[in-house]
Amino acid sequence: MNSRDKIDMTHGGGGRAMAQLIESLFLKHFDNELLRQGNDQAAFEVAAGRLVMSTDGHVISPLFFPGGDIGSLAVHGTINDVAMAGAWPLYLSAGFILEEGFPLADLERIVISMASASREAGVPVVTGDTKVVERGKGDGVFITTTGIGRVPEGVAISGDRARPGDQILLSGTLGDHGVAIMSSRENLQFETSIRSDSAALHTLVAAMVAASGEIHCLRDPTRGGLAATLNELARQSGVGMRLRETAIPIRPEVNAACELLGLDPLYVANEGKLVCICPPEAAEAVLHAMKAHPLGREAAIIGEVAADPYGLVQMETRFGGHRVVDWIAGEQLPRIC
Amino acid sequence: MKYIDEFRRRDLALKLAGAIAAEVEPSRRYNLMEFCGGHTHAIFRYGVQDLMPGNVRFVHGPGCPVCVLPIARIDNAIELVERQGVILCTYADMLRVPASGRRSLMKARAGGGDVRMVYSTQDALRIARDNPGRQVVFFAIGFETTTPPTAVAIQQAQAEGLTNFSVFCNHVLTPPAIRAILETPREPDRGALAIDGILGPSHVSTVIGSRPYEPFAEAFGIPIVIAGFEPLDVMQSVRLLIRQLNQGRHAVENEYTRAVTRDGNPKAQALVAEVLELRETFEWRGLGWLPNSALRIKDSFADFDTERRFELTPSPEQDVKGCECPAILRGAKRPTDCKLFGKACTPENPMGACMVSSEGSCAAYWTYGRFRGESAA
Repeated sequence: MNSRDKIDMTHGGGGRAMAQLIESLFLKHFDNELLRQGNDQAAFEVAAGRLVMSTDGHVISPLFFPGGDIGSLAVHGTINDVAMAGAWPLYLSAGFILEEGFPLADLERIVISMASASREAGVPVVTGDTKVVERGKGDGVFITTTGIGRVPEGVAISGDRARPGDQILLSGTLGDHGVAIMSSRENLQFETSIRSDSAALHTLVAAMVAASGEIHCLRDPTRGGLAATLNELARQSGVGMRLRETAIPIRPEVNAACELLGLDPLYVANEGKLVCICPPEAAEAVLHAMKAHPLGREAAIIGEVAADPYGLVQMETRFGGHRVVDWIAGEQLPRIC
Repeated sequence: MKYIDEFRRRDLALKLAGAIAAEVEPSRRYNLMEFCGGHTHAIFRYGVQDLMPGNVRFVHGPGCPVCVLPIARIDNAIELVERQGVILCTYADMLRVPASGRRSLMKARAGGGDVRMVYSTQDALRIARDNPGRQVVFFAIGFETTTPPTAVAIQQAQAEGLTNFSVFCNHVLTPPAIRAILETPREPDRGALAIDGILGPSHVSTVIGSRPYEPFAEAFGIPIVIAGFEPLDVMQSVRLLIRQLNQGRHAVENEYTRAVTRDGNPKAQALVAEVLELRETFEWRGLGWLPNSALRIKDSFADFDTERRFELTPSPEQDVKGCECPAILRGAKRPTDCKLFGKACTPENPMGACMVSSEGSCAAYWTYGRFRGESAA
């Protein structure tokens, strides 16, 4: 593969060029036993019990950003969606939509990053697909990943289980991903040391589930940020939420960037954080387990679930007043994941 | 964050709240209009109203640039995109503002129009440089704060000979709007909406200074305090207004001394004066046609004036029936007085401009305060 080669229509045409691309790029980097079977599907044995499955399309712009790229994000995003059921992710699939003219070197960089994220997480990509669209009909590369995972016996985590009195835990600082993306947009030139928090959260979840069988809800606050996630959970469970702004961890750099751009960190996307809701008697044990994990060191209890016929998420502000933390209207940032 | 967190300190807020509570006369009414959407936003975002005695109430003013722009001008912008095929560069807030016939720039873009979201005038210039074969229009809106960058962009375009760049100028001026509000008759049976004092603009005043407000304080007998946008600024300014009212004074005072002087920023003023001049009259949403209330591009820069480069058709604007944005912008009604509020009109599906911008009072009410009840509204 020449470093200046570009994707052309033959790479999706089913002929030799496509076979070569698959062989020299995807098979080479994702290499694993199931992929080597060379079939149109991956065949594997499953244990008895509950399986979960989740899918996620990734269309982020720019493709490369501080702390990650579309490849690592596509792996982490789906692993996290599977893990938010308390499940251990087993396998991933990956579908690529490539735009004619996309540099092969960039594609290889993305595939290598994806493969290394998948290896680090211990979750192999076992089947995949590639399509090429004409120039102008895509934006470089779109990646869809699907994941399958197994739920340990006795674990019943679901967005409709939040109960009044439950504690709300957050695994770390808000807004790092969204601000990192903004800072790397070409029309927004500001220097920042902020990196995306993109990470696979399944080992953190496993540690939390091991610490307490009582976790009611888990969710990763991606698009729409913490505000959207808590509003979703409030609606699903038919409860309200009460937050304390002073308890919510946010990096000073993120706060500063948000001030500058007129954003609210509660609405900015994260790719390596989770929200956990559990009964008060389990909260300390879960928090302890989170803090003992590298991805939960800055975890905190940020509020509690309340009975509320309106299903409102409200916050006691740093200033001492109160406000509603509503759904985001429209979009705060375009194409962030 | 240095220079920011200091102005959001809870302990100071509580102390100030105590001082305000001690100073208000319980039998008196203190209806204070915050002119700027930035203040409205801060009041709701930090819950400042919770820290105020019951007889101190905020009346939300018209200082939201996208809210006061009449529908006809948005119709013109859509026309530029759809009929003239220009690249229209706009700040994000404008994208969702409803135009005639339930259209918007967002919908024009979805229909294939080339509308680009920019963060500054410099982005628009860059787009013009990168697309020499296309006409690029910058949709310039805002009060005195955003006017100097527009003037700079026009000068730059002239210096560079960027012949495909022009500015659709919609810059408006604050003092005529304040005058219009003060001249609006207050309905006697709706006593709550009378205005006893004004929290004056903060960023605008950094440019124009505090002097332009002095005639209003005198002529209308109303105290005005220039207030910063941080919540402690707002509280301190409220305290200063209450003190003036209790003492029966009506002066222009400046709480925002760290940024505002009496004469403002003469350099910025001179720059604007080089490129822009007063329009005889301009239409404001809610306030109607106000004389000498807006700016247009001077003859010496006529080549960069969108209104002279393209023929724009006057639009028979259709305001949404039942939308109370105009009355809300005058401070004559509250968002909750509007039949559409929260029902037909929400931030996801705005019918009026006040529901679009985070500085619009309907959006602020809906997002941060809609379940507070009347006592805190």
